[in-house]
Amino acid sequence: MTAGDAYALSLAVLFAVAAGLVGSFALSKRMLLASDVLSHLALPGLGIAMLIHINPLIGGATTLVLGTLLVWHLEQRTGLAADVTIGVVFATGLALGALVTPHEHLLEALFGEFQPLSLPAFLLGALAVGTIVLFLFRFRDALILSLLSPELASSTGVNLSRLELYFLLIFSLTVLVGLRFMGALLASALVILPAATGRRFSDSLSQFLVASAAASVLAVLIGFFVGRHFFPTIGLGPTIVLVSALLFVASLAFGGKQRAGA
Amino acid sequence: MGKLLKVQDLTVRLGERTVLEKLSFELGAGEVLAVIGPNGSGKTVLLRSLLRLVPSTGTISWAPGTQIGYVPQKIAPDRGLPLRVREALEAKARMLGLDRSEVEKVAETAGLGKELLDAVAGLLSGGQFQKLLIAFALLGQPNVLLFDEPTASLDELSEERVYELLHHLQTERGMTVILVSHDLSIVFRYATTVLCLSRGFTCAGPPKEILTPEALESLYGAPSKYYAHHGEPPQR
Repeated sequence: MTAGDAYALSLAVLFAVAAGLVGSFALSKRMLLASDVLSHLALPGLGIAMLIHINPLIGGATTLVLGTLLVWHLEQRTGLAADVTIGVVFATGLALGALVTPHEHLLEALFGEFQPLSLPAFLLGALAVGTIVLFLFRFRDALILSLLSPELASSTGVNLSRLELYFLLIFSLTVLVGLRFMGALLASALVILPAATGRRFSDSLSQFLVASAAASVLAVLIGFFVGRHFFPTIGLGPTIVLVSALLFVASLAFGGKQRAGA
Repeated sequence: MGKLLKVQDLTVRLGERTVLEKLSFELGAGEVLAVIGPNGSGKTVLLRSLLRLVPSTGTISWAPGTQIGYVPQKIAPDRGLPLRVREALEAKARMLGLDRSEVEKVAETAGLGKELLDAVAGLLSGGQFQKLLIAFALLGQPNVLLFDEPTASLDELSEERVYELLHHLQTERGMTVILVSHDLSIVFRYATTVLCLSRGFTCAGPPKEILTPEALESLYGAPSKYYAHHGEPPQR
């Protein structure tokens, strides 16, 4: 394994930790799927960046952040639920992305690929993960209160609409870190699947956060080795997602802390 | 005794609808104010505007140093939420910069046993969840409690316990209470002042003066019954 490969794998593991933590809150907020489609907003940016030969991540980040702000703004202005506005913006983004992404790069943009990383690129990614973890630590109490009851949260001084915007941006940042490995279509899968697995093993928020992050890291590590050995020509996205799905199936057999109906 | 709360010309509009119009009243420390009125008369909106959660015009002035605890109208807890009672209370304690030990204290006052502190919040029964909400409101040592229909959907025994606790907080700790209730016998029993809200009609005063059959008929648009203190016969 080269130094570049080691950097890439380390960042993938850090991404897995962030995805597990963010996923735990997204699942608790019951906005997993709504957040999921948000990640596809990176596609038009990736496509445009590939067309004009600049770093694809810059393009992806731009449309992801703009799309997130648009979703939040529409939600605040129209009073429509987040999933409605995200659905509208997502469909538009995906159609636009499919049109502008050069055909030969479409698979890579959708499903990601594993390439060696430079040290600065690794550090930048690690900084993003640090920001995500710090945000969750700083706003965990406000998030917990908003989960219990938005009414109680706002009576305790939590600005709910600002918290919602911050959370969507942190979700987008998580997706952005995973974009190179997982692609625009699958980056958010690592937010969803490990959280679903972690939920089966936990009945408190602290357990949930640890279990989701652990399931996520395990999926990346196993997915990496399986992908490199058996599917070297395909990006890591599909293998990591399949391993995550298998872990979830296993959790159905072994995890049991989630009550029926809950 | 100085007034704890002065409300002058409070007006709240939600969209096109004027929910409260030029409402004025005062409240002294240690009083229990019961807010009554038919559905849609703005009782909850009044509490929310006192907490400054809805935009309003007019003046709401709380005495300096007032700390408010709020028990909202029945919340249906998310049963799938992996959150323990202790985690929820500790989150508020951290936000207010309180010591962890405060959580145990308010839980005890609210009647939440230690075993319930480690229970999953979404799986509590209605009465237990109400205790959680009361414990939550008591964090930060408030001197005013706003209670919105605290016993809606509780069985009689749980309801009685909630009111006993409320009475205890008022008499033993001198707390001021603002209570929204549909239960006129409770209002008669615990309130020192009654504020009635109805579109185009408001009144305020001691329960014995306000809870007359005539006033209640004007308020609810139909004859209303309630049971007075110490088993007095029902009115009308």
